[in-house]
Amino acid sequence: MTETRTDLTKLESDLLAEISGAGDLAALDAVRVSTLGKKGRVSELMSKLGSLPPEERKSFGQTVNILKTKVAEALDARKSDLEAAALDERLKTERADVTLPVRLGPVAEGRIHPVSQVLDEVIEIFADMGFSVAEGPDIETDEMNFDKLNIPAEHPARQDHDTFYFSPKADGSRLLLRTHTSPVQIRTMVSQKPPIRIIAPGRVYRMDSDQTHTPMFHQVEGLVIDETTHMGHLKWVLQEFCKAFFEVDEVKMRFRASHFPFTEPSMEVDIGAEAIGKPGQWLEILGCGMVHPNVLRNCGLDPEKYQGFAFGVGLDRLTMLKYGIPDLRSFFSGDLKWLSHYGFSMLDVPTLGGGLSS
Amino acid sequence: MKFTLSWLKDHLDTDKSVDELATTLSAIGLEVEGVEDPAKMLGAFKIARIVEAKKHPNADKLQVVQVEIAKGQPLMEVVCGAPNARAGLVSVFAPLGTYIPGSKITLEKKPVRGVVSNGMMCSAAELELSEESDGILDLPAEWADKVGEAYIDAAGLNDPIIEVKLTPNRPDCTGVRGIARDLAAAGMGTLKPEPKLGAVEGKSECPIDIKLEFSKETANACPIFAGRLVKGVKNGPSPAWVQNRLKAAGLRPINALVDVTNYISLDRGRPLHVYDADKLRGAIRARLGKAGENFVALDGKEYAVDDTMCVIADDNGLLGLAGIMGGEASGSTEATTNVFIESAYFDPLRTAATGRKVGLQTDARYRFERGVDPASERPGLDLATDMILQFCGGEPTKAKVAGKEPIEERVIPFSYARVEKLSGVKLTDDEIAKTLKALGFTVAGKPDAAKVTVPTWRPDVHGSADLVEEVVRIAGLDRIPATPLPRTGGITRAVLTDKQKRARRARRLLATRGFVEAVTWSFIPKEEATHFGGGAPELDLGNPISVEMSSMRPSLLPGLLTAVTRNRNRGASDVALFELGQAYRGEKPEDQYLSAAGVRAGTSHLSGAGRHWDGNAKPVDAFDVKADVFAALFSLGVDPTKAQITRDAPHWYHPGRSGALKLGPKTVLAYFGEIHPATLKALDVEAPVSAFEIFLDALPPEKKKSRAKPALAVSDLLPVTRDLAFIVPKDVPAGDVVKAAANSDKVLIRAVNVFDVFEGGSLAAEGKKSIAIEVTLQPATETLTDQAIETITQKIITDVRKATGGDLRS
Repeated sequence: MTETRTDLTKLESDLLAEISGAGDLAALDAVRVSTLGKKGRVSELMSKLGSLPPEERKSFGQTVNILKTKVAEALDARKSDLEAAALDERLKTERADVTLPVRLGPVAEGRIHPVSQVLDEVIEIFADMGFSVAEGPDIETDEMNFDKLNIPAEHPARQDHDTFYFSPKADGSRLLLRTHTSPVQIRTMVSQKPPIRIIAPGRVYRMDSDQTHTPMFHQVEGLVIDETTHMGHLKWVLQEFCKAFFEVDEVKMRFRASHFPFTEPSMEVDIGAEAIGKPGQWLEILGCGMVHPNVLRNCGLDPEKYQGFAFGVGLDRLTMLKYGIPDLRSFFSGDLKWLSHYGFSMLDVPTLGGGLSS
Repeated sequence: MKFTLSWLKDHLDTDKSVDELATTLSAIGLEVEGVEDPAKMLGAFKIARIVEAKKHPNADKLQVVQVEIAKGQPLMEVVCGAPNARAGLVSVFAPLGTYIPGSKITLEKKPVRGVVSNGMMCSAAELELSEESDGILDLPAEWADKVGEAYIDAAGLNDPIIEVKLTPNRPDCTGVRGIARDLAAAGMGTLKPEPKLGAVEGKSECPIDIKLEFSKETANACPIFAGRLVKGVKNGPSPAWVQNRLKAAGLRPINALVDVTNYISLDRGRPLHVYDADKLRGAIRARLGKAGENFVALDGKEYAVDDTMCVIADDNGLLGLAGIMGGEASGSTEATTNVFIESAYFDPLRTAATGRKVGLQTDARYRFERGVDPASERPGLDLATDMILQFCGGEPTKAKVAGKEPIEERVIPFSYARVEKLSGVKLTDDEIAKTLKALGFTVAGKPDAAKVTVPTWRPDVHGSADLVEEVVRIAGLDRIPATPLPRTGGITRAVLTDKQKRARRARRLLATRGFVEAVTWSFIPKEEATHFGGGAPELDLGNPISVEMSSMRPSLLPGLLTAVTRNRNRGASDVALFELGQAYRGEKPEDQYLSAAGVRAGTSHLSGAGRHWDGNAKPVDAFDVKADVFAALFSLGVDPTKAQITRDAPHWYHPGRSGALKLGPKTVLAYFGEIHPATLKALDVEAPVSAFEIFLDALPPEKKKSRAKPALAVSDLLPVTRDLAFIVPKDVPAGDVVKAAANSDKVLIRAVNVFDVFEGGSLAAEGKKSIAIEVTLQPATETLTDQAIETITQKIITDVRKATGGDLRS
């Protein structure tokens, strides 16, 4: 019996030594098989249990179980150590050069053209004042572009427009490229009953080309027709627009009397260049006025009953002023460097709540 | 329109400063483009006299002069290089610190060859008075009395020049008096009464007859022609004050007779013409031109006329184009002794049309085409006669007048309440009436039913809105209170149409795919338009600005493709550009269509372009742009997998590597593919380039579904996949295999994906290829048995064989 106990003590120290001596997971597994495996040395001890006298069986069994537990724990502990060491070893070999560049992807590269972005801003502002967006064709008739807008043939005002014409037809009539977005006023008034509140953005064309003029550019027309809207409302709308558009609390504005054949009274509007951070100058930004009674009449509206205002503003010019873009001609060059620099991220969707430009 | 302050003060009694006047002019609709104040530029230059002139000790061509710059003050020593500098010469002196406009320098104290010059003696060029730079100004000797005075005061040049940009509705303001009238109405002073004229009406009849030779229909071309002969004039330079004013206005003085007409044109907006009466033969006639007639005008050029133009003629032929320019042969010269003055009215429209036709813009045309005061013929004639008699002497005849002033009296019924209704500003009845009267209107009746008579010089005023404008602009637009536009409802509603929303969405979606948005010209070179199916004559501009911009674009692609080349020439070859805008199939409004088009050049892939350590980007191909089209359509609410893909993209696409996406045979949603090599060559674009065009007008409207989303149907059962490879004839589209497989069981089959296409090896020789698909089955209620899976698999194999002739690869 004593001999047996001595054997067990030795066995335990032998086994623990073997476990701690196992150099890798394979060796450790061999030790596990040779101890706790079916024919392992600890397992074999249990099989001796039946041959022992009944009074010894209980204490021997307990002793062997304790040994078994100790060995199993030692195996687990050694396994963890070896695994950690192996992982350490592996990680030492796994190295990425994280300074290598990655591709930024399309969201970083795509751009929205400044004019499109600014149009979205303008629509956002006017939508809040109840204006919807009307459109019209680029190829127009004399009637729509001039006659109905109270600009008679041969009138000097007509010559000022530097119109692009298409070749005359057999009957002598000729189409033209609209010189302003004002024909959309006409198209709207003949197709829609007041009250009317629209803006009409689009391309317009004039035979003009220098540093500040291009033969094609963008305008936004505004039109309000009802029974009560007057110049005071016009002033307010333009003031609110300028404040919202330039995202400042105050914009100095100057209203000067002027003349457009399709409005009466007419005004030209200047803003103080403080709004774009250049104090001391006035910048002419738009023309406007009360829709001329003849224009109303031409659209089948009674000027004694209906009245309202119209304005026209250069979209490209607004864009240049707000975002400090120097040269109008570059707008239409398709130059990647220019577009990438002055263009906007597609995620910069202008909203009144989130800010137009931020 | 340029004039000087003193000129304005001939008509306006005012103590306002030039700045106040300029501000008011701009505010009331006479926009001031600039004020040039000689005092600011030339105030420092003083009259001075050279007392002594000696040779410079160290320079042959220089002199050292002692200059008297003010009475009783010590002389100034000045170094002078002018050959005409001499003792006794009266000239102009600039002290140190003066800015010399002609040479753009500021005088500093520094020695000239060892002698310090205390200022400078100046030439006319240095003061920018003329080009004369040969010597210093040589002023009359008697100006020695004026030594110390500012030169501009002594010379009568201290007169600020105001330049006004006139709108075409204000012919009355093409004369200084009209501008003065507006200023007076706006509270800037008092309009002075018309000056008293001398005895201008002579005793004898005018020997030159005037005939208006028009039909009844064309009589309005020249309804009145007044004239007068002045005999025995002595022509020569006009007085200095007239010349100074003409020069300030930008005109060149010619001789007294001509200067008088130009002066009155500027002073009154009343153009006139003077003829050398000795060169006239027979009666003066106003009539329409005849084909084949021509004449040499005052500009020395020959002009041909036609029967739409109003001309002035005598027995010898044409004397001038009515209201535009007179003839060289009959014009007045220094030698003229008998002068015939013309003061007529010419129809604005005809004058404008004639002027445009012959391409002549003159001060006379400028006024006649805007509408000269139809009552001004006699007053203008008399004023001209008076000035000619003053400047040139002579003996006037009686005036001769043919025809009658075309005055139509306009009386506008006007309720003063209209002012507030249209403008929003409340003005007193007094102010309204006072303003109208100050502008020359006659006002009668009560404020709620007044009759306002328009003065003859205001052809632009026709109705009550015009009267409101007159009142409001003079009262001041700043008095109009900004008034909030009433909100139409509570919270702002969406205002965009579905199409507008889609355009916005497409724009931002394409940008998320790495495209940069361009805006290119609506007009392109004709040959490019023709290449892309356009170039029809009715879409060619009659007056293009250049051949590069001559024909309306049938597609957005030419503009984008040429932009690719421009970028390549600037060093950027991997370009992805898109444009969203209009193109034109014809000239009618409905022929204009909205397109979203994009080009990818070089290696500009979605994931990036160019070389990269993790794998270089491949050249772009048809699948890059197909993916763009699909992504765009998905974002626009159109399921592109439900559309057909056909091979009939237009000829600017590669015939074998392009497709059309259609809903039915006629509705083309988009084209995509590689650009045809011949197209690239024609537009000078380097390959490879792939492109797409999406036709936004063709997209089916988005179905108005309920905003609430349908309930989510998910199965807890795991999907099962089966891989099947088919050997099909080479020309069978993969799409057909996918479609046949997918249609085998629309309930169970959730997806069919092509994961391999193999065309090489022995298959190539047989004209076949292998297409491998992965079919995903999604059981809904119970796990599929092997038997059930086998049944579906067999059906797929059968259906694919039926549709494509393909067999399962063994």
